[in-house]
Amino acid sequence: MKYTRNVMAAMTAAALLCSLTACKSAREDEGSTIESAVNDNSNKKQNATVRFLNFKPEIAPVYEEVAAKYAEETGNTLIVETAANNTYEQTLSAKMSTSEAPVIFQVNGPRGYANWRDYCLDLTGSDIYNHLIDKTSAVSSNGMPYGIPYTIEGYGIIYNDEIMQRYFALENKATDFVSMDEIDSFEELRTLVTDMQANSEALGIKGVFAATSLKSGDDWRWTTHLANIPMAYEFMGNNIDLTGDGVNNITFDYSDNFKGIFDLYLNNSTIDRKLLGSKITDESMAEFALGECAMVQNGSWAWSQISEIPGNTVKTENIKMLPVYMGIDGEENQGLCIGTENYLCINSAATPDEQQAAKDFLFWLYSSETGKDFVVNKLGFIAPFDTFTEDERPADPLSREVLRWMDMENKQSVPWSFTVFPSQTFKDDFGASLLQYAQGSKEWEDVKNDFVNSWQNEASML
Amino acid sequence: MNKNLSKYFPLFVLPTLAAFAAAFIVPFVMGLYLSFCKFTTVGNAEFTGFANYARIFSNNDFTNALWFTVKFTAVSIITVNIFAFCLALLLTKGIKGTNVFRTIFFMPNLIGGIVLGYIWNLIINGVLASFGVDITYKAEYGFWGLVILTNWQMIGYMMVIYIAGLQNIPKELIQAAYIDGATHRQALFKITIPMVMPSVTICTFLTLTNAFKLFDQNLALTAGAPARQTSMLALDIYNTFYGRVGWQGVGQAKAVIFFLIVALIAFIQLRLTGQREERA
Repeated sequence: MKYTRNVMAAMTAAALLCSLTACKSAREDEGSTIESAVNDNSNKKQNATVRFLNFKPEIAPVYEEVAAKYAEETGNTLIVETAANNTYEQTLSAKMSTSEAPVIFQVNGPRGYANWRDYCLDLTGSDIYNHLIDKTSAVSSNGMPYGIPYTIEGYGIIYNDEIMQRYFALENKATDFVSMDEIDSFEELRTLVTDMQANSEALGIKGVFAATSLKSGDDWRWTTHLANIPMAYEFMGNNIDLTGDGVNNITFDYSDNFKGIFDLYLNNSTIDRKLLGSKITDESMAEFALGECAMVQNGSWAWSQISEIPGNTVKTENIKMLPVYMGIDGEENQGLCIGTENYLCINSAATPDEQQAAKDFLFWLYSSETGKDFVVNKLGFIAPFDTFTEDERPADPLSREVLRWMDMENKQSVPWSFTVFPSQTFKDDFGASLLQYAQGSKEWEDVKNDFVNSWQNEASML
Repeated sequence: MNKNLSKYFPLFVLPTLAAFAAAFIVPFVMGLYLSFCKFTTVGNAEFTGFANYARIFSNNDFTNALWFTVKFTAVSIITVNIFAFCLALLLTKGIKGTNVFRTIFFMPNLIGGIVLGYIWNLIINGVLASFGVDITYKAEYGFWGLVILTNWQMIGYMMVIYIAGLQNIPKELIQAAYIDGATHRQALFKITIPMVMPSVTICTFLTLTNAFKLFDQNLALTAGAPARQTSMLALDIYNTFYGRVGWQGVGQAKAVIFFLIVALIAFIQLRLTGQREERA
């Protein structure tokens, strides 16, 4: 008995040791077999491995296909790992300190760059940068580019045109609107929305706007995207250079405009404004997909969240977008908010071979026929490179809307200024303020003051 | 046999020691060092002395979270242990279906914290919705929501420990007491409870550390809302680490203080209950 126990203990101990030491070499073996297999059927000079940490979980399966195709065409290995929703920074921090650190990763703009500057390679002269249409759109420091935007995204108010048509056909509506083209200011939007809300039963909806999701962590549609608009106007009005220190002092001049649209969202919604603290974005998108509401503020990336909801009733051709009007002067010429917070960086701590392989892969993805096909049709990116022709654009309804608004002669897109918002803590605090305001436990004046103070405070800690 | 054992002692202890070093000692020492550094990744740290520790108190987040955690822990220890002990008493009386009940009460403990958090988030919001609010409306709602959740999750586990303790009490003792004319109350307080003191030690210790380190449930149930008022220490550390560029070290420093507090409490508590056990 005792003997068996000792043997058991020894075996367990041995197994433990093995699992500690051996697993690593096993994994390396696996990697090399794949590489050598690839080696056999390709006649390229030398095989390289590119490790890429993907930011977008919704398109992770596509990258698997990309990797297979890339290996087939070039003989090089692409290893794509994906961070779960909202955990990119965490995953990146963890991965960066391992021996298998990603060679390609992404930052969300100047603030993200500040955190990762030690790991960002100067991309001057790289093919991918040379083909970037707007060189100023890269994340740069001292005139050197470190982050290359790989997709252009846009957001606004997404609406279901079927419900709008139903409203325009109503007999007892109180407005004269007959088409969404007539809406180009906050006043008009408010008149329309209020009357639609009054007629929500006749329209077969629970409310005009989807729930204003304010659960902590799910409040980015307001703390980042909606807040972007007043801040963009403030920066433009004061001629602030977004790369300078001028962004550290703000006054939130258009806070009343923000309040106006935010109240409109809150008061004409599917649910009571006091119940928003537990609502998440997915629920709002589901409400829209199921036809329970007519409008939801979100962007071009949200297509899969609409199309993949089981039982969704929204028809592809009825999905349209409208700029977020707030009653700021000149908004009749305002377009959607267009920009990006997705910048690719190459790990400066990787070996030169790995860096070169990473550059080669990126150029392959954004310039070869195969790569471009993936980008346009499967990844759904509006890629900002001159390697893409006018026809090579994604076909999902939201991206098409973004392109339609971008092409309008007299409309001016609102830039994404939120990339200079000082920190996540600032956004979290603002989100908490908005929730308390929605619940009625905080005055707007305090929300505004907290916004300004928190901004200054957080900016001073950078 | 003994001779052999001492001869091979280093060999047998090596695997465990190696595992312990790799999984505990090394990360712990590294964590301690990182709390004195400014860093983005653990491999690239710059020593900054006590700057991180000074920054912890540049706002009230940490002290608020500490106070909230202490209140929560105090309430949870009492409620969890009282309920668990009562259940254990009931389920050692030989009622019909005892095993079924034991299984059912134990089951919540098998569900992961995040899932539990979301389930209770739905339940509590469902109830509060009839009053036109939700759990984020007031910090008190979040507080009691967390207490209910923790109770629901931990009672079953503690109950099992108490049942084991109760079953170890010799029947003769209680019988003798009744023969001597003791009331039920006297038997409970003079015999049963002193006899299960070891279980009480274990259970209060487990509840204390679990309640103090609560994270998943906190994240899923309230995520700190409203305005960080229901953030417990672990969640605050997490938010500090990822909330600001360059504040990873501050999060790490908070974690070190957190460790010291937990270690201190555990130590004091073990001493106190240990003494009582000896007396009993």
